[in-house]
Amino acid sequence: MDAEYGLKALRVRSKMTDPRISVIEGRLKKVNSILAVSSGKGGVGKSLIASTLSLALASKGYEVGLFDIDFTNPSTHIILNAEGISPTEENGVVPPKIHGLKYMSIIYYSGKRVSPLRGVDMSNALIELLAITRWGSIDFLVIDMPPGISDAILDLIRLVKKTSFLMVTTSSKLAFETVRKLTSLLLELRVPVIGVIENMKMRESSFIQEQVKGMGLRFLGEIPFDYSLEEAIGDVDKLLKTLFAQKVEELAEKIISQPLRN
Amino acid sequence: MHEWALAEAVVSTVSQIAEREGLRRVTEVKLKVGELQQIEMEILRFALSELKRSSLLEDTEFIIETEKAELTCRVCGHKWFFKRIEIDENAAEAIHFIPEIAHVYIRCPRCGSPDFEVTRGRGVWLESIKGAKQDD
Ligand SMILES: Nc1ncnc2c1ncn2[C@@H]1O[C@H](COP(=O)(O)OP(=O)(O)O)[C@@H](O)[C@H]1O
Ligand SMILES: [Mg+2]
Ligand SMILES: [Zn+2]
Repeated sequence: MDAEYGLKALRVRSKMTDPRISVIEGRLKKVNSILAVSSGKGGVGKSLIASTLSLALASKGYEVGLFDIDFTNPSTHIILNAEGISPTEENGVVPPKIHGLKYMSIIYYSGKRVSPLRGVDMSNALIELLAITRWGSIDFLVIDMPPGISDAILDLIRLVKKTSFLMVTTSSKLAFETVRKLTSLLLELRVPVIGVIENMKMRESSFIQEQVKGMGLRFLGEIPFDYSLEEAIGDVDKLLKTLFAQKVEELAEKIISQPLRN
Repeated sequence: MHEWALAEAVVSTVSQIAEREGLRRVTEVKLKVGELQQIEMEILRFALSELKRSSLLEDTEFIIETEKAELTCRVCGHKWFFKRIEIDENAAEAIHFIPEIAHVYIRCPRCGSPDFEVTRGRGVWLESIKGAKQDD
């Protein structure tokens, strides 16, 4: 049969080809910038910064998505008080909107239960969500990352080439050391790093700023330790009135005014 | 994965492979679908037939095989099969979207551990593609 077309039959063994990978790029095609809020450490403020940054960008009139990929310890739903919402099914999954943000999290599927996932499971869950989520056309997709040099970092580098990383550290040498390592990996792989934020600053010191500049990176600014922050978790109006939010808004300005890709 | 999103992923992967291999037409695609994800076959087949309208895939036959989902406990070594009827409706729905959610709801029936591996039948895989190439 094939001969009559002048064609030769061919069988391609594609065993183990994962079809999900090929659609990921397309799903993010109309996403203008992807900002992954990262750190080598946990507890440095990634989730609060990712949430507040998303709200700040949305309040400036941008279309913003927030994607919580800290699958074992998601936090942004608590910060945003995201309850009673779930994605709709439409040729995939469309994230619901909360406080003006297109919001995606594993909590739609796990609820409040513990997710005891190994690294390979987290990677698979991320690939699945990247393949099914329809972000549509948005200006910014902010990603709340798990701590460390995780599978999530490696997967974003591998599969979401237009990701830029935003690093968060505290004033501690211990936190900065993890950021330094993670950043050096990203720089080695020529992945864009927007800059470093020093969070929970409690006393004057230029240590972090000097270190950051010494690495040839942008020091985006510092956020003081804000005692009113804990009270504002789960109450977005209150959160946006904190000094913390005011500082994050200034950072948002800096991030917008700078071309993200170099 | 949602069936339509999945069908889109399959069509896109097949097109990429066909292009890479220089295929003019794709005649047959063999797909393996793991039972853990509880794919609705009717919807998947319909979605594939709707999406394959491009000339490359016009007369492609999709052969879909299902694979039982086998879970193996990392702690005690017990092996068992995932059965939808044994779990609650919401859990099944969540696992349909993200198979890894199995670790949230399912425990090893022998030792109670969530630390098991999905040794077979997790998601959707492309087994082979048959097509025709320009004779040279
Ligand atoms: N600038 C700040 N001032 C006071 N508390 C902060 C500040 N930034 C973060 N926190 C608190 O630190 C803790 C960790 O923040 P979180 O965003 O969960 O960090 P991560 O996501 O990096 O693990 C939270 O209790 C949060 O309220
Ligand atoms: Mg966090
Ligand atoms: Zn067991």
